[in-house]
Amino acid sequence: MIEAVGLTKRYGAQTAVDNLSFQVRPGHVTGFLGPNGSGKSTTMRMIVGLDNPTAGRVTVGGHPFRLLPNAPRQVGALLDAKAVHGGRSARNHLLSLAQLSGIPATRVDEVLGVVGLRDVAKKRTKGFSLGMGQRLGIAAALLGDPQVLLFDEPVNGLDPEGILWVRNLMKQLAAEGRTVLVSSHLMSEMALTADHLIVIGRGRLLADMSVKDFISANSADFARVRTPGTDPREREKLTSSLTEAGGQVLSEPDGALRVTGLPLPRISDLAHAADVRLWELSPHQASLEEAYMRLTQSAVDYRSTADELAGFEPPDLGPYGGVPQGYGPAPVPDVPHEAFFAPPPPGAVVPRRYPDGTTGTTGTSAPAAAPAGPTADGDPTRHDGRDSNEDAR
Amino acid sequence: MASIPAVLRSEWTKIRTVSSTTWTLISALVVTVALGAALSALLSSTFDELPPTQQATFDPTFTSFSGMALGQLAMVVFGVLVIGSEYGSGMIRNSLAAVPQRATFLFSKVLVAGVLALVVGLVTGFLAFFLGQALLGDHGTTLGEPNVLRAVVGSGLYMALIAVFSMGVAAMLRSSMLSLGILMPFFFLVSQILSAVPVAKKVARYFPDQAGSKIMQVLPDAMDSAKAPYGPWGGLGIMALWVVAALVGGYVVLKKRDA
Repeated sequence: MIEAVGLTKRYGAQTAVDNLSFQVRPGHVTGFLGPNGSGKSTTMRMIVGLDNPTAGRVTVGGHPFRLLPNAPRQVGALLDAKAVHGGRSARNHLLSLAQLSGIPATRVDEVLGVVGLRDVAKKRTKGFSLGMGQRLGIAAALLGDPQVLLFDEPVNGLDPEGILWVRNLMKQLAAEGRTVLVSSHLMSEMALTADHLIVIGRGRLLADMSVKDFISANSADFARVRTPGTDPREREKLTSSLTEAGGQVLSEPDGALRVTGLPLPRISDLAHAADVRLWELSPHQASLEEAYMRLTQSAVDYRSTADELAGFEPPDLGPYGGVPQGYGPAPVPDVPHEAFFAPPPPGAVVPRRYPDGTTGTTGTSAPAAAPAGPTADGDPTRHDGRDSNEDAR
Repeated sequence: MASIPAVLRSEWTKIRTVSSTTWTLISALVVTVALGAALSALLSSTFDELPPTQQATFDPTFTSFSGMALGQLAMVVFGVLVIGSEYGSGMIRNSLAAVPQRATFLFSKVLVAGVLALVVGLVTGFLAFFLGQALLGDHGTTLGEPNVLRAVVGSGLYMALIAVFSMGVAAMLRSSMLSLGILMPFFFLVSQILSAVPVAKKVARYFPDQAGSKIMQVLPDAMDSAKAPYGPWGGLGIMALWVVAALVGGYVVLKKRDA
């Protein structure tokens, strides 16, 4: 059980963690999410007493970490896989940690076997790959058979087999009644691993709830509606009809409509009443990733901008003459930004090819040269949320 | 509460399992003994050409420790790396997560490394002494002479204190590069140059290396050097004060700062 009460950390004028209160309960894998620089690592470092909070406190099993009797037997932490002396062998690294809490050397060989590093136990950690470093860090965390485990980005650099292993390990540790706190950026991984989520942004608590509740509270489930691309008037007719009925309608870059606030049968009825044919009417349930993106969108510190390559000469464009194709401003989708919660998953902006695409017009579709990727409906990262399409806003 | 014997055992494992320990300590020994031997041999052959004042105050014991000026630099590197590599690698976070009691952590580490430096320092001191005296031949001395044993044991203490002082500085600066960048020029150049400048001499003789090295002199004004206002043990005491100050500073930094 980890408990934070009013936890605050300031570095000069910058507040890294701002009045954070949460509990991490035993028996669950608790996911710890937040954008880069949101204070996840700082919070984890405060939990294990590396950083002193500016205000508030955090306790493990009711005690501040620094006052824990024999801390390594109670709390295991993987904070930074690279935090080992490169000149020391994996076994000696673990041995030095084991000796601190009177853990016998046989346990060192045991955990080396558990994480699959037995063959390289005598090798210097300098030559380890990131994935091997992660395994070594996990071994160090498991060393004291602790009841509380912290993992900061444990699957970074692991191969698929390693990711699966970590996922099962986390679940197993939680099933044994331990407290497991895992931070990660991989939403698809979190959706599969965690039962409970703590989400922070700019150091503040944004959510502390189960994964299921989180998705339904923060998702923007919508219906994708497509009218025949040959006639824009039908699309406008349907839009006004849906808006009148209380739905919110947004255009997607490929010409489809994104409808929120109306259940699917109602959309179909309205289209029928308006005498508009539909080429597509599909439910879209948000994934954990989308729910997360929507929640943290305003709390992102480091946002990428388009790479304009302004300092470079435009390349020789050959047959296209001076038209700077590909280097001009990216085509802006005609989507009102304030209502566009989550960036669509990779497949969503890809134009769908219809058999009659040969007839010519594709409306506002993106350039036909765009590769056809997986569609939103086939997105493997999606997580079951609610079935209804009611507006979550 | 991580028990102190456990932390000591762990620190011993840490220190013996990195190669920097071996090569810094071996170079401290080799450089000190070899340079001392070379100077002893040189002085032995050119003794008659020395100025009379230097002949009168010739200190064969101190001569055999001439290599210390360079050999101590390897001890500085040893001391700095013991602490600095924890910060450089990030191992400090693992260490402190396992030993939240920072005083226990720091002083156990310093104790283990300090004792190791003392053992190597004593071996170095006796080796340098016996080899130097053998090469000095007729001009040499023996352990039985007054104050000679004190000087030889003192050379081991001096090397250990230099190493511990460097550990304290590295704990304050939390970086190997920064610590070496300050300590190496200080011990190699600044201290030795200032001690040769008449005006600065009065201040420079209270520097840790200048004060501490008096313990290695059998004659207080050996080799026509300036007489200090403190004795050999007084000098070592001044050096010990520097060491304590560096350790306290290092502890305060470790305690206050986030790892």
